[in-house]
Amino acid sequence: MQEQEPSRLAVLGAGHVGPVIARLALGAGYPVAIATSGDPEDIALITELVIPGAQPRWAVDAVADADIVVLTIPLHRFLDMNPALLTGKVVVDAMNYWPASDGVLKPFEDGGSSEIVARRLTGSTVVKALNHIGYHELEDRARPAGARDRRAAGVAADDTAASAAVARLIDRVGYDPVRLANLRAGRVLQPGGPVFGTVLARPEFERAVREDARSLA
Amino acid sequence: MTYTFGLDTFGDRNGDADGKPLSHAQTIRNVVQEGVFAEQAGVDFFGIGEHHTEYFPMPAGDVVLAAVAASTKRIHLGSAVTVLSSDDPVRVFQRYSTLNAISGGRAEVILGRGSSVESFPLFGYDLADYEQLFEEKATLFAELLKGGPVTWEGKTRAPLLDQDVVPHTESGPFPAWIGVGGNPQSVVRAARLGFSLALAIIGGSPGRFAAHSQLFQRALEKYGRPPLPVLVHSPGHVAATDQQAKAEFWPRWRDIIALIAPERGFAVPTEESFDWETGPRGALYVGSPETVARKIATNLRTLGATRFDLKYGMPGLTHEQLMTCIELYGQQVIPRVRELLS
Repeated sequence: MQEQEPSRLAVLGAGHVGPVIARLALGAGYPVAIATSGDPEDIALITELVIPGAQPRWAVDAVADADIVVLTIPLHRFLDMNPALLTGKVVVDAMNYWPASDGVLKPFEDGGSSEIVARRLTGSTVVKALNHIGYHELEDRARPAGARDRRAAGVAADDTAASAAVARLIDRVGYDPVRLANLRAGRVLQPGGPVFGTVLARPEFERAVREDARSLA
Repeated sequence: MTYTFGLDTFGDRNGDADGKPLSHAQTIRNVVQEGVFAEQAGVDFFGIGEHHTEYFPMPAGDVVLAAVAASTKRIHLGSAVTVLSSDDPVRVFQRYSTLNAISGGRAEVILGRGSSVESFPLFGYDLADYEQLFEEKATLFAELLKGGPVTWEGKTRAPLLDQDVVPHTESGPFPAWIGVGGNPQSVVRAARLGFSLALAIIGGSPGRFAAHSQLFQRALEKYGRPPLPVLVHSPGHVAATDQQAKAEFWPRWRDIIALIAPERGFAVPTEESFDWETGPRGALYVGSPETVARKIATNLRTLGATRFDLKYGMPGLTHEQLMTCIELYGQQVIPRVRELLS
């Protein structure tokens, strides 16, 4: 089968997490644009030195040309964002709701954060992924397919095609994708869940997720 | 190249030989002794990180540093870090310029957040405002450091109009750093405001921060500023042998990280992750003087940094274990790193 043209990524956010995901994707051969809420000129130096190979762009342009958009902004900023910007896109929600660290946000107090994100982004297809491994470990732990010490990363979405596309991304950047049934099931990836902050191999990851699902039932 | 070496503490509550916690008051008195002993051991800087918890009972580090200042002559004394966002920059400047007066010009500050957030609810700040609080207050602090009357207006504190803030320093600004944990936008901000850069590396490969260090110097150029130093702050523990250091440190590290993991989002350490972090590629400096010295030398080179601050101690370690750590760090690690880097 012919190798598909790699998807184009837009990473929104140039804080702790965005540059790490951007570097991993670049390393896996994806074209990557990075954007903040402001002028790309403001992150030109950051991009040159910390994310070499990525294109700093205005968010609207980065998103327009992207197949997959990765959201790595603080959740309170997400609440200020215009959902129309992301219409028609597969959106990876790599954000976390973490009141002890980032403050209480009323809209996120009830339920899974990615389900709430999806409800606000009515025109987009939301996939929960890349949120549960610490940004300081995400690159250190990435391994090529088949490596003995490869670890797993979760992918949760209501849309099967979007879930498959993001699972390919996860696989190519260096983790065994573990696909969960839907966004609701993706709650196991959240802070306080069984795999959040730990970096497990696939069998342990799947066991932790299954045991948690039983405890919920 | 001139390198300097520091020790930082969060006032980690000491244990006794049986693991029973000492009182907060005794722990604080022990920190004073440790600071004085650090100078005797040959350490260049002693820093105290602001915390407000039962296991880090250290909200007023500047008072403790003043006591250390009274019994020392040479060692520099500073915060590591001051949680500026939940404090008043005018008061922080006043406290540290007072320390600067007491110590004869040995005060420093590192401004940041650490990974601690307990001061926000304590003082009535909303964590969601963190960015604006830090940006405004760091900008004001940079103005205060220049000396002379300050005019400033913002949303996070009362405006200042041609305000003289005392005590004046005797010989210009004291050293001031911004502590960052990996956010490149924070690195650029430090350069824009003219602060030196403190890289807090508490997990993962230190090498990934090399780009941040380069970014800092390039950003300084962009803002028309002269080069400024970069320091590395990381946790660790030194004992006679690798085995002893790890045996002393591991249970304390595991317990404290397990305790704070849910609120800070850290992974709960396993013996495997601890071995990795204390190995050549990880962020913890736990081992014999030779092991720790080699790791410091390697990472200072990789990161283009000229200062290393070891965050020593961990809740539950004894004062005696900490004194041994300070002695080995000052008398063996520091000279060995200097030798390796020369």
